[in-house]
Amino acid sequence: MIGFLIQRLLQALLVIVAMSIIVFLGVYAIGNPIDVMIDPASDQALREALIHRYGLDLPLIQQYFVFMSNMLHGDLGESFIYRLPVLSLIFSRFPATLELALTAMLIATCLGIPLGLWAGYKPDALSSKAIMAFSVLGFSVPTFWIGLLLIMTFAVELGWLPSGGRGPVSTVLGMPLSIGSLEGLSYIILPAFNLALFKLGLLIRLTRAGTVEVMSSDYVRFARAQGLSESKVVGLHVLKNISIPIVTVFGLELGSTLAFAVVTETVFNWPGMGKLIIDSITVLDRPVMVAYLILVVFLFVLINLVVDLVYGQLDPRIRVKASS
Amino acid sequence: MSEPVLSVKDLRTQFKIRAGVLNAVDGVSFEVGRGRILGLVGESGSGKSVTGYSILGLIEQPGFIAGGSVLLHGRDITRLTGEELRRVRGAQIAMVFQDPMMTLNPVLKIGTQMIAAVRAHDNVSRKVARGRARDALAKVGIPSPEERLDAYPHQLSGGMRQRVAIAIALLHRPAVIIADEPTTALDVSIQGQILAEVRRLADETGTAFVWVTHDLAVVSSLADDICVMYAGRIVETGPAAEVIAAPRHPYTAGLLASVPAEHEPGDRLPQVPGSTPSLANLPRGCAFAPRCFKAGPACTTTPSIQQFEDGRSALCHYPIESDSCQPHSSTSTTYRSAS
Amino acid sequence: MSAPVETRWGRLANFWSDFRQSPVAVAALIVIATVILMAVLAPLVAPQNPYNQETLDLFDARLQPGEVGSGGYVHWLGTDAAGRDVFSAILYGLRTSLIVGMMAGTFALVLGAVVGLIAAYYGGRVEALIMRVIDLQLSLPAILLALVLVAMLGQGLPQLVAALVAAQYAYFARTTHGAASAERRKDYIEAALSTPIPARQVLFRHLLPNALPPLIVVATVQVANSIALEATLSFLGLGLPLTQPSLGSLISNGFQFLLSGRYWISIYPGIALMLTVVAINLVGDQVRNVLNPRRSR
Repeated sequence: MIGFLIQRLLQALLVIVAMSIIVFLGVYAIGNPIDVMIDPASDQALREALIHRYGLDLPLIQQYFVFMSNMLHGDLGESFIYRLPVLSLIFSRFPATLELALTAMLIATCLGIPLGLWAGYKPDALSSKAIMAFSVLGFSVPTFWIGLLLIMTFAVELGWLPSGGRGPVSTVLGMPLSIGSLEGLSYIILPAFNLALFKLGLLIRLTRAGTVEVMSSDYVRFARAQGLSESKVVGLHVLKNISIPIVTVFGLELGSTLAFAVVTETVFNWPGMGKLIIDSITVLDRPVMVAYLILVVFLFVLINLVVDLVYGQLDPRIRVKASS
Repeated sequence: MSEPVLSVKDLRTQFKIRAGVLNAVDGVSFEVGRGRILGLVGESGSGKSVTGYSILGLIEQPGFIAGGSVLLHGRDITRLTGEELRRVRGAQIAMVFQDPMMTLNPVLKIGTQMIAAVRAHDNVSRKVARGRARDALAKVGIPSPEERLDAYPHQLSGGMRQRVAIAIALLHRPAVIIADEPTTALDVSIQGQILAEVRRLADETGTAFVWVTHDLAVVSSLADDICVMYAGRIVETGPAAEVIAAPRHPYTAGLLASVPAEHEPGDRLPQVPGSTPSLANLPRGCAFAPRCFKAGPACTTTPSIQQFEDGRSALCHYPIESDSCQPHSSTSTTYRSAS
Repeated sequence: MSAPVETRWGRLANFWSDFRQSPVAVAALIVIATVILMAVLAPLVAPQNPYNQETLDLFDARLQPGEVGSGGYVHWLGTDAAGRDVFSAILYGLRTSLIVGMMAGTFALVLGAVVGLIAAYYGGRVEALIMRVIDLQLSLPAILLALVLVAMLGQGLPQLVAALVAAQYAYFARTTHGAASAERRKDYIEAALSTPIPARQVLFRHLLPNALPPLIVVATVQVANSIALEATLSFLGLGLPLTQPSLGSLISNGFQFLLSGRYWISIYPGIALMLTVVAINLVGDQVRNVLNPRRSR
């Protein structure tokens, strides 16, 4: 088990280093940020000074090593635009994104699993077909477009919910959160639902497929032959069996939800990391882009690792393999 | 035989498919008494497994029970629905399935699955249920049952898993256990042990067994009575020893001829020529006629049941006479020349 | 040589008779055909050329659907802030979106199939390395990769297509690799490889055809995904400029007017986008069911 863990950790480290090189080279190959930062009319001396100050005159390899050694010291550079350390800039936006992503995942889970169970339990029912049609919409229609529809319906036409922004936040457990107050909740509900739709569609499909498979299995037939009630069959056999793929996907999707928040945050003007990266891309704020990407990759690798470990706990067949 | 525990009368199970309706079980009748073992024999596709599932109402769409009755202690359980049927399943009639690798949920501990089975019918605490599960495991000859309860199915061998399945079937001391090819997937030595265990359980607990199998050798060593099925119908019934010694129906004779134990090593094993017909286009009249060495002009009409001595019967126009000596060696030569 | 052609037609006929079992899929196919036709015929059907600045009149700005503008014709879907006829803009936008989607889908298919085949064919370290990279790429959301690439390459049609291809080829590569490597392990391929038959022929005669059915399914879905992704990037302001409007940039263009009740500038292009993407997905679903019936139920 320990060997397995060390092996996975080394792999993860390798991935992060490889990605940092790719991201660094990729991002630093774009245009000249100095042109964006200063007035084009300003004199050459000021340009040179700035280029030198940010080390942009060094060879790319050297820039990378400077960047890496700084990163190992916890310094990911300073934003060209905000003139703030990138790390603190990103972390100041992180709670908003995390809250949005987790709320979205919660909505997707609470709706997706029961709907998927039903659609898998009664695959031929009209209601099941409606659920499946909804799930197709959920993951094929672009998120931003659904966001617009939500705004138009609930904010503009009905006027029930605010159209964007984060509203008031209250500090819960040291983090500024929206869900602490009813008014804050009214701000998060539309973006969270918007962000949830894709996962919801996915989760419904996944749950349904798993349910159909388990319901037609011999052990469910055997359980019925023992006189287990239908609720017990579903609650015991189906739920336990589908929990494995669902946990996997759920874990992996947490990362992509954080990434997809880019779109939802732009639509709903939600002040999170995603909004920050979009703004940084348009103004070529390299340090922010690089730091954001490396952090996201790091997050992904971390989540993958955790999912692998949880998976092993859930599936006894894997657990045996890992220990032997 | 005294009052039968289970009595199946003219059972019909059909499957609705795009091309029409298939008669998977076409008017099957039999009885099983207390502590008796009935062998339900046939090739795959003969409808023997569907008969087993039909008794417990476990037929799934697009199948349905089209007629007949299943009397348990005189009560027709095909008329039961929902909760009433659930109370019969596992408590009064239990079932053991063919493949022990598939009948236990791989991600649940043996104990979890057994406790659920106990509590499906008896409102007892988990602790009491666990105790009963342990006792049931011990009863079917599983060593250190307490530890087995915490094991996952994949940690047990196939034979052990099938014993677990039998233990689960025994939990509520059912009147009848329907076993669908429960030893087919096992090694021969394990199979022998389990058969002996089942015989002992039937004698000790008085549980009646319906033993569904394609293997006449198993039936001959285990069953009291025998029903041979072909294309959804029972073609021959009678006490196991007598049917095997002197089959009346040509199909039974053919099956017996193909049992390897009856032949010298190196002999060519005779087979019933042809293969099981598709239920979608059965021949008119006797379904076995195209493969039958005794088929005659009358076989284009459906045969009626012919009764013989000792409660034996066969569904045949030209049953094999009882005085024909060495019935299966003679049939085997016939088949050999025919193929 | 006529026999294989016949069976090919026979197979196509079989495919179609299976496909039309689903009325929804047939309807979706009709929607797709209509959308493509409208996009192709845009210059003939559209009352106005939205690319041409000279035909735009600011007096026509933000007309409601159904109003008549200075051009003397009815703007059935209204006009945007620059006086662009929304209906015409949608037709031209569909063109851009479809071209981007199909180009990205095709290039990603070719690139992915080649990479997947190479991995399956060579096996060993090459395979391990390629599939590692593919897996890693697949674990990152496409939107993220596309964002980075667009940021790196700048704006414009070729850059956008390149970004979409780079973000999506991995799906094709994995699909091809899966099907081809299963085939690669079979004895007859080993036998063929030990003869002087050129490897190229083995690749294209045996490995590729086996990967085709799943590739077709992935391709349909990926065209829809490319269209959606392009729209998303354009909406985020990282896609195509409004002088070359795709559906995404049209929606983005109308977003600011949404809150003031001028819904039509965003909503109608959005509906066109939604119809297209959902229809392609539905067709893809049915193609999957037909090509792989076991998975459908």
